[in-house]
Order: sequence, then structure tokens, then C-alpha cells
Amino acid sequence: MSLTRLLVYLAVLAGAAVAPYFVPQYQSQLTELWLFIVFALTWDLVGGQMGYNSFGNVLFFGIGVYVTAVIQVGLFYDVATYNSARGGGGTVFTFDFTQYALGLAIGLPAGAILAALTAILVGSAVLGMRGQYFAVCTLGLGFAAAQIAAGWDYLGGGSGMVPPTAPDDFINLGLLYYYLSLGLAVVVFAVLSWLYSTRFALAINAIRDDEDKAEAMGHLTTRIKITAWTIAAFFLGIAGGLYGNVKRFIDPIDVAFPSATIGIWMILMAILGGKGTILGPVIGAVIFQITKELFWTYLLGWQRVALGLLIVLIVVFFPEGIVGWWRRRKAPIVETQAS
Amino acid sequence: MIDNLMIFYASPVTALDVLVNGLLIGAIFALTAYGLALVWGVIKIINIAQGEFVILGGYVAFVMAQNGIHPLYSIPVAALLLAIVGWLLYRLIIFRIIDRDLFTSVLATYGIAIVLQQLMNSAFGGDVQLAETGLGTLFLFDYMVSIAQIKIIAFALAAVLAVFLVLFLKNSRMGQAIRATAQNPRAARVLGIDTDRVFAATFALNAAICGAAGALVAMAYTIHPYIGLPYTIRSFMIVVIAGLGNMTGVIVAALGLGAAENFAAFILGTQFQLAFTFSLLVVVLVWRNWRLARKREYLK
Repeated sequence: MSLTRLLVYLAVLAGAAVAPYFVPQYQSQLTELWLFIVFALTWDLVGGQMGYNSFGNVLFFGIGVYVTAVIQVGLFYDVATYNSARGGGGTVFTFDFTQYALGLAIGLPAGAILAALTAILVGSAVLGMRGQYFAVCTLGLGFAAAQIAAGWDYLGGGSGMVPPTAPDDFINLGLLYYYLSLGLAVVVFAVLSWLYSTRFALAINAIRDDEDKAEAMGHLTTRIKITAWTIAAFFLGIAGGLYGNVKRFIDPIDVAFPSATIGIWMILMAILGGKGTILGPVIGAVIFQITKELFWTYLLGWQRVALGLLIVLIVVFFPEGIVGWWRRRKAPIVETQAS
Repeated sequence: MIDNLMIFYASPVTALDVLVNGLLIGAIFALTAYGLALVWGVIKIINIAQGEFVILGGYVAFVMAQNGIHPLYSIPVAALLLAIVGWLLYRLIIFRIIDRDLFTSVLATYGIAIVLQQLMNSAFGGDVQLAETGLGTLFLFDYMVSIAQIKIIAFALAAVLAVFLVLFLKNSRMGQAIRATAQNPRAARVLGIDTDRVFAATFALNAAICGAAGALVAMAYTIHPYIGLPYTIRSFMIVVIAGLGNMTGVIVAALGLGAAENFAAFILGTQFQLAFTFSLLVVVLVWRNWRLARKREYLK
């Protein structure tokens, strides 16, 4: 890593660390941005670097959301009564300092581990598929999970569930989740940067370029594919646990398994920034988050139509992404006789 | 769940009720699936917006019913309007993604689907709607089996539409051009077929089929802006089970899916019907993959 690059990274990190004190009005948007960076980076690991375009990464995200919330509540109360008591005016469930901290400390890793286990199980069945079959199958996975969660009374069914409320004397929750999200984004970026410098990255790139050939060269392609998806799922599980607590309300279709919003946004962010690069998804997430917030401010009522149009436009007219475009611009132009 | 199974034991006629109602909706699935297979086979793209075309056609019937026109007359109108929508979408977007990989087509048409969903939500609101036909219900076996008459009419009309479609593809010049392009686009171009026009016609034809099917859905069942995707998933599943270009297979698979879904909704409860549909897609694809892997062949 060159010195300039290191300095740029440190400057960005320092800026992000002090941002809540200088621009507190943007704190929640920035928290969301850090999580979006995680979504884009983890999608790109499988979709960009390995060429397996998944629509179903929200499955792992949603598992993280639900497992974290269920453990946060379930360590101290019965989850079914907790969910049914909401809005009924009956028992009020309170959590003291240790309970809240313990719930979060156990809930987040548990969500991540369960998401990773799901990735191993589902991946071994699904990752043998190619191309469009994999894409549509994972699309079905995300929607199936949403529908099952919506019908499952234990999880609050279609009316969703609320993560525990923190005690009054607890530290500033907004700041806590800001720094946890920022930390997660930095960890994911660091882990993936390291991962892309190893032989593992060469193997998954080989799978993207020609899977049959990679297999013929002796790579255990199925195992490599499952490993990559599991890494993505692990981080998505943590991100989900944080996201549920940031949103303060878990709806099975719009928050936990949002295939039509976050599920497709993470693909869009990776493509917009540049598939198959480490910086691309980060840049894509930043630009996307700014665009989304502008749409929400200036196109209220039409923001979802505008976002849908954005998907079509980017996919059709700008599939190489910002980093791809930059590289092509910088690359020396070779004149060939044929042209 | 066990209780619901015991109902079949106590009164086997109930099973007939569930079966017949399931088979009746299967005809509509067959129409949309055949449209998907047509686009997949000819243009080589997977149209995720298929279900949104269906719902859009349903809203045409709904709007006409609101204005005092009997929704049965809305079938040709919905087909015509959707054909225009499909043709416009082809000329604006689809022709740009033909030569790209299939993932691009899935993502781009998914984007189109989201836009259509949101536009329908803005135009008609998010409520569940239906086009009232004023037809009664048919009772058989001492009121044990109840079938809404409109469902039978919808089944019959779907069959008629399918026959027209097959005749169109077999006999008309454009139908023959479509089939030729499906077999070999390059040879078709050499023989003087304007394949770009054929692609546009195919996409418009598919949209028209979906629109007509959607008008039937709005009459016999219900519609709301976000219920399109299950129709896409069902179509895809049916085509995967039947194989591309297998009309009989599509009909059998569609009727079977309709019946299976209705039984699942009865046994598991209606809140799990869509969960069943989506899970079945995953199961079907895993099963297909397992079968291909055993034969050591992969279809790209």
C-alpha cells in the first residue's frame, strides 16, 4: 500500500470518526451509509469478484436482523409474549444497562454465526447453479424468507417486532450505532482488502472468468464458492443486527428481507461504483446514498419511481461503473489495424 | 396444520373443491408462463416484469369496471394497451440489453418491474382491488364444492387465448418469423427477416398475453400493485419444469402448480401460500441442478 493511499484512508477515517460532532444533523444518514458500504462490499465479493450475481443476500441480512432482536429479548423475556404485548397496553418490558449490553454483545455475533451457517447450508444446495438460474433462485430465497417471517407468529408475524428499548441512563444510542456501523465498515473493508491480496481472490476470479477451467485446474470450486458466500453472510448478519436496532422497528418485508429495496440497492451500488474492485462498492455506496437522500428530499412521492428508473439507467447505460470507466480512461489506447 | 389435513379425511369432497379451484387458476399461470417462454426463447432474456404486466392488465379491467363497462369487454383493451406498453419498453430499453449477459436482463427488467409497481401504486393506491363481474357461484355436491362462475369463464377464455396464440404462431407471417428467429436468429436475418422487428413484436405479444391474463386475474381473483412478482416466479418455475418450447408441458405444470398452491394454502394457511410458492421455486431449481449434476451436464 502506497503512503499516499494510507494517508487518504487515515484522513477519511478521522473525518468519519469526528463527523457526528461536526454534522450531527446527518448522523443517521451517515450510519446508514456505513451499513450500505458493508452491503455493497459483501455483495461484490460474490457478485463482482466471483461472478455469482445474487439477489438473495437479504436472506442473511434478515437472519441477522431477527436473530439479534430475538436474542436481545429472549435472554430475559419470552419472545412470543413480548411481541404480543406490543400495543396491547399490558406488561411493559424494560431492560436495564447490563441486560441491554449483554443482549447486544451476544445477539450480534449469534446473528452473524447463524447467517454464516445458513450460507453454508443454502450455498451447498444453490451454488451449483449457473447464471440466470442462480439469480432467480436467490431472488426466490429472499422473498420466501420474507413470507415465512411474515407468517410466523413467534416473530410477531406481519406486524413485525420492536428491538428492546435501552434504559434511560444508557449511553447515546445513536452514537453507539454510528460507531459500531463505522467499525463494521472499516473491518469489512480491511478484511476484504486483505482477502483480495491472497490466492483465494485469484481462485474466485478464476471462477468468474471460467468456472469449468478453474475446476479442471484443480480448484475445489464448490468449496471456494461456499466459503466466499459464507464470509459475505457473516458480515451481512452483523450489519442486519445493527440495522434492526438502528431502525427501531422490524417489519418482515420492508426492513428484515427488503428484496425490492436494499436487496437490489446493494447490487446497484456495486455496479455503479464498479464491479470486482475494492473501492468501487464504497464509491458506489456514497454516491447512491447521496442520490437517494436527494430524491427523498426533492422528489417526495416519486422517489421510488426515480430509484427504479435509476436502476434501469445504470444497468443499461453504465454497467462498467465509475472505477471501470476511470480505468478504461487511464488505460493506454492501443491502435489496432483491424479497426 | 394436522387439523386441516383431518378435514380431507372427514370430508373428501373438500379436496375436490380445493383441487378444482386450483386447476382453474392454473390456466392463467399457463398463459403467463407461455409468454415468458416465448420471450426467453426468442429474445433470450428473462423478463422479471412479467407479473407487473399481468397486474397492469388487471388495472385496465378494474378501471373499466369502475366506469360501468363490463370487465369482460376489457380483455381485448388490456391486451392492446399492454402490447403498446411492451412495444415502447422494447424500443426504449430492451433492445439495448439483448446482446448482454442474462444477469443484465434480469436486473434491468427487475428495475422496470419496480418502476411499474411504484407507478401503479401512485395511480391506483395500494389497496386490494377487483373488477366486479356480477356473476354468481356454482355449487356442486350439496354445497360442498363451490366455484365462482367467473373462474370457469376465465379458465375457458384462457384456453381460447392459448389456441389463438398457437394459431398465430403457426400460421401468420409474423408468427412464422418469430419461430424462425427462435430457431436461429442469424439464419433468419440472412433469409431477410428483420429480427429487430420480430423481437419487438415478440415482446409486445408477450405483454399482450400478460395483459389479457391480468384482466382475467382482476375479474376472478384480486390485484394490488405489489403482487406482480409471484406471477413472474410462477411463470419461471413452470418454464423450468416444462422446458423451453414445450406447450403441453407448460399446461400440465401450470395446472399442477395451481392445484399444489391451493392445497398448500389450505393445509398451511393462506398466510403461507406465497412462502410455499417461493420455496417451491428454490426446491425446483435445486432439484433440476441435482439432476443435471448427476448427468454431469450443466446448462449455462
